Amino acid sequence: MKHVDDYRDGDLARSLARLIADTVLPGRSYAFMEFCGGHTHAISRYGVEDLLPASIRLIHGPGCPVCVLPVGRLAAAIDLARMQPVTLCVYGDLMRVPTARGQSLLTAKADGADVRMVYSPLDAARVAEQNPARETVFFAIGFETTAPATAQTILYAARKGLGNFSVICNHVLTPPAIDAIMATSTDGGPPGLDGFLGPAHVATVTGITPFQSVAARHSKPVVIAGFEPLDVLQAILMLTHQINDGRAVVENQYRRAVTASGNRLAQEATAKVFALRERFDWRGLGVVANGALRLNENYDRFDAEKRFALSTPTMSDNPACACADVLRGARKPAECRLFGTVCTPETPIGSCMVSSEGACAAHWTYGRFRDPADRPRLEPAGAA
Amino acid sequence: MCLAVPVRVTEILPEGMARAELDGVCMTIGVMMIENIAVGDYVVQHVGYAIARLDPDEARRTLELIRGASTKYDGTAT
Ligand code: SF4
Repeated sequence: MKHVDDYRDGDLARSLARLIADTVLPGRSYAFMEFCGGHTHAISRYGVEDLLPASIRLIHGPGCPVCVLPVGRLAAAIDLARMQPVTLCVYGDLMRVPTARGQSLLTAKADGADVRMVYSPLDAARVAEQNPARETVFFAIGFETTAPATAQTILYAARKGLGNFSVICNHVLTPPAIDAIMATSTDGGPPGLDGFLGPAHVATVTGITPFQSVAARHSKPVVIAGFEPLDVLQAILMLTHQINDGRAVVENQYRRAVTASGNRLAQEATAKVFALRERFDWRGLGVVANGALRLNENYDRFDAEKRFALSTPTMSDNPACACADVLRGARKPAECRLFGTVCTPETPIGSCMVSSEGACAAHWTYGRFRDPADRPRLEPAGAA
Repeated sequence: MCLAVPVRVTEILPEGMARAELDGVCMTIGVMMIENIAVGDYVVQHVGYAIARLDPDEARRTLELIRGASTKYDGTAT
């Protein structure tokens, strides 16, 4: 795959890891949060942590849209699909997320609800086009990366005059999430956090500007990082240099797709269709102010929450599930007592075990047979 | 679901759509958010829409930077 395989070269990865080991200062430890589930997945899949010196610790962040979706939003959609004559279109990753009542979209489908998996929001609009006598509802999730696709689909539905298509909007925003993470602990975020691997696909849309204020507000460096192993390693090297130099700025490792100002047309589509939601309850982070999007008044007719008078029940997660802590970087998947026993990808208890970008699923698939204590490590030059 | 992959545009279609290809797999995607899209461009495709153009020069520079930084360890990497 062009523009992919080059960034998976094992020899270069080991060389970069050596360079990182030479760059870390003896006696100092470094903790970086990878914001995105895509990073978490790549780090686990390619064993990036195994290459790093012991003084670098990676903390999983909340950037998995399936994982941060509050369970009440999903329960409301499941109820809608069960109770009303609608076709509910969802991304496949959502199908197995359990709600507090032990239901999932999959069990609703098995019981006869018309739930369909789509790859693109446009597929959902096409379902509406092909079934004009039936309501089609698209359950939209995702960060700034995905919101423009939903916006374009709503603009498409408006152009085509689709009267039977609507959207449950659960789009969320990254800078407020970073702010919320930093507010989770009195000493400013997860203990010892030194910087962020920033979200690359989000930044293709937003540009790097929104992250400049994030870095300044929290005095933490942010390096926008691509999702291949060499991208991640190079970004860790850049973060390490910033820490050593006492800098806290935004740098762009993913220059091949991210520009300073981002994708203007995507930003315009998002701005045209959506407005900020004053309050949105994130799993793990709680209520985040202005941290999510809703349809704006001009597109009311496509807003499924209004069309079906949906309300979001407040539901707590399974009390034994540590997802909320995992999403804040406060606990590791293996520190949850359900991990790998009750909770596996086949029988997920929490959302972090469902999506392949979830920290628990990534650790189950790629990391669970590693004992961190026994790992061979590259040590900084000159260290004992 | 955040997966976004680089695909090559093979044909421009009406209404902001295009055909694109990834390792021999063809797909129809929305390219209305990419300015001056042309056949042969690589774009980052996400849930059926192109969200960014891949800049081949920047891609080359990033790889050169990584290779350059790594030459120090050529032949000694374990
Ligand atoms: S292992 Fe399962 S139950 Fe535990 S935090 Fe992860 S998803 Fe929740």
